Amino acid sequence: MKILVAVKRVIDYNVQIRVKEDGSGIVTENVKMSTNPPDDNAIEEAVKIKEAGKATEVIAITVGEEKSQETVRKALAVGADRGIHVKADGIIEPLAVSKILQKIVEKEKPDLVFMGKQAIDDDCNQTGQMLSALLDWPQATFASKIDVKDGKLEVTREIDEGLETIEVNTPAIVTCDLRLNEPRYASLPNIMKAKKKPIEQINASDLGVDISSKIQQIKVEEPPKRQAGIKVSSVAELVQKLKNEAKVI
Amino acid sequence: MAVLLIVEHNNKELKAFTLNAATAASQIDGEVHALVIGNNCTDAAKAASELPVVKKVIQVEAAHYENFIAENFAPVILKLAENYSHIVCSANTFGKNLMPRIAAKLDTSQISDIIKVVSKDTFIRPIYAGNAFATVKSNDAKKCVTIRPTSFDPCDNSGGSAPIENADAGDEFTTTKFIKREEIKSDRPELGTARIVVSGGRGMQNGDNFKLITAVADKLNAAIGASRAAVDAGYISNDHQVGQTGKVVVPDLYIAVGISGAIQHLAGMKESKVIVAINKDGEAPIFSVADYGLEADLFEALPQFLEELNKLNTIQK
Ligand SMILES: Cc1cc2nc3c(=O)[nH]c(=O)nc-3n(C[C@H](O)[C@H](O)[C@H](O)COP(=O)(O)OP(=O)(O)OC[C@H]3O[C@@H](n4cnc5c(N)ncnc54)[C@H](O)[C@@H]3O)c2cc1C
Repeated sequence: MKILVAVKRVIDYNVQIRVKEDGSGIVTENVKMSTNPPDDNAIEEAVKIKEAGKATEVIAITVGEEKSQETVRKALAVGADRGIHVKADGIIEPLAVSKILQKIVEKEKPDLVFMGKQAIDDDCNQTGQMLSALLDWPQATFASKIDVKDGKLEVTREIDEGLETIEVNTPAIVTCDLRLNEPRYASLPNIMKAKKKPIEQINASDLGVDISSKIQQIKVEEPPKRQAGIKVSSVAELVQKLKNEAKVI
Repeated sequence: MAVLLIVEHNNKELKAFTLNAATAASQIDGEVHALVIGNNCTDAAKAASELPVVKKVIQVEAAHYENFIAENFAPVILKLAENYSHIVCSANTFGKNLMPRIAAKLDTSQISDIIKVVSKDTFIRPIYAGNAFATVKSNDAKKCVTIRPTSFDPCDNSGGSAPIENADAGDEFTTTKFIKREEIKSDRPELGTARIVVSGGRGMQNGDNFKLITAVADKLNAAIGASRAAVDAGYISNDHQVGQTGKVVVPDLYIAVGISGAIQHLAGMKESKVIVAINKDGEAPIFSVADYGLEADLFEALPQFLEELNKLNTIQK
C-alpha cells in the first residue's frame, strides 16, 4: 500500500501575524515558517502505518514556491521515503491544489491520500474534500483515529456532536485532526539521511490544469480591537459587576 | 437566480444553525430555496417551510441519507445546482465536510466561513485564526459559500408556509459506510448557541475538577467549553473544544477558567459580548481580551463564585 501525504508551508502557529499597511495581505518577510500543524499529524500517521507493516511507501508532496520544499524535506526526516515538489508561486487556492494533487494521484496511484484537515493560514478546510470529489473517492475528514483493515479503513471523525465512526474502502482520502497522534521530532541522523532522499520537482504549469485564481482578494484588514477591560480584586466584585454593570447574569 | 440553502437537520427537527445560514442566504438573494435531504424527513421539511425567509422547500428522501454522508448528498445537490447562483450552508463540521465536495465538481473556488455578505459576489471572512479579515470577491459563475453561524442572527422559525416539492434521490455511494455516532447528550444549552459559556483549560488539572465548572454552569444555565489542551489531556470530550480548530462561540458571557488565551483559543471566543478570565498568572494573554479579569487560584475562586451566585435573588435565564 502506498500513501501520499500532502503538506503545506505556512507561517508558524506561534507567530503573531501582522497585516500589511496597504491592506494587500499578511507580512511574510522575515517571518518564521513551518509545516501546517495537522499536516505533521498526517505524515506521522502514514509513517506509523508503514512501520506497522501495512504500507510500503510514504510519499510527501507539497505545492508552492521554491522554499516550500523545506516542508517535504522535514517529512522525509521523520520517515517519508521520497518527496514531490510541485512548483507554483503566489496564492494557490484549495481548488487548484486539489486539481494538481489529482494529477499526481493519477500518476502515482496511491491507495491513500492524507493531509491536515485545515491549513492554519487561510483556514479554508477544503482541499481534502475537493480532491476526493475530483477522484470520486470516499472522504474521511477530521480524523482522530484510523484503523487500517484489509482494503478498508475505519476512521473516527471529530464532529460537532461528538464522534462519528465510518468505514471507507481504499483508495480514500483522510484529513487529519491534531488529536490523531503525537508527531515525532526528527533526529539529527535522520535529518542528515533525509538530505539524500529524492525530491522530484515538477512545474505546476506542466500538469495541464488551470490553477489561476478565481477569488480576488480585495483587502485584508485587522479585526476590530477589543476595549481593554479591568481587573477585579475579588469574586464578590466580579459577580456584582456581572450583575449590575454588564447585566449578563 | 435563487440561492440554494442546504438544510442541516436530524430528519425531525432543524439544527439550530440552519436558521443562521438561512439569514445569510437571504442577505445574498431574497429567493431562498431550502434543500432537505434525509430519510423520513417530512417533519424537517415542514419545519424548513415555516421559515419566513424560505420561498420553496425541496425534499429528497432515501434510506441512504439517514446518516448525512457527504458522498451521498453531493450528487443530489449537483443535480439541482444548475438552477442556482449560490449554494449555502453553515461552516460547522456538517458544512465543512460537504460543501467542498460540491464546489470541486462545479469547478468553483469555495468561500469558507464568511462573517459578512457585502454583495452577491463579495464576502468578508476571517483568516489566520481570526487575526485578519479578508474581503474576497468570487469570480465563479456559481458560488459555494459556507457561513459562520455565530456571525448571523437566526431567522424567525415560524410564520412561513413555503411549498414543499419532492426531487429524485441519487445513487448510493457504496464505498463509504456509516458505523456509529457517539453523541454526547446533555440537558444543557448547546455550546454553539448558549447565552453563557463557562470554559475550563489545562489549569483544571484533571477531568474530575471539571465538576467545579459544571456547578457554576448549572447555576447560570450555561454551556461548558474547553481549551484544546483540556480536551487533549482527556479532561472532557472533543465536542467542547472552543477555538480555531474547534467551535466558534459568541455568547453574551464567556468565562475562561485556567485558560492562558493562546491565539488559537481566542479565535473561537473573542467576539463574545462580555469575557471573564480567571487565571492565577496575571500576565496570561487571556487578560488582554477580558472585560473582567480575576487574578486568582481557580480552586478557590470557583467555589466562591458559586457561593456569590447563590446569594443573588435572581439569575437571568
Ligand atoms: C494548529 C493549532 C490549532 C489549535 N487549535 C486550538 C483550538 O481550537 N482551541 C484551543 O483552545 N487551542 C488550540 N490550540 C492549542 C493552543 O495553542 C494552546 O496550546 C491551548 O489553547 C492551551 O490551552 P490552555 O490555555 O488550557 O493551557 P495552557 O496554555 O497550559 O494554560 C493553562 C492556564 O491555566 C492557568 N492556571 C493553571 N493553574 C491554575 C490555577 N490553579 N488557577 C488559575 N489558573 C491556573 C495558567 O496560569 C495558564 O494560563 C491549537 C494549536 C495549534 C498548533
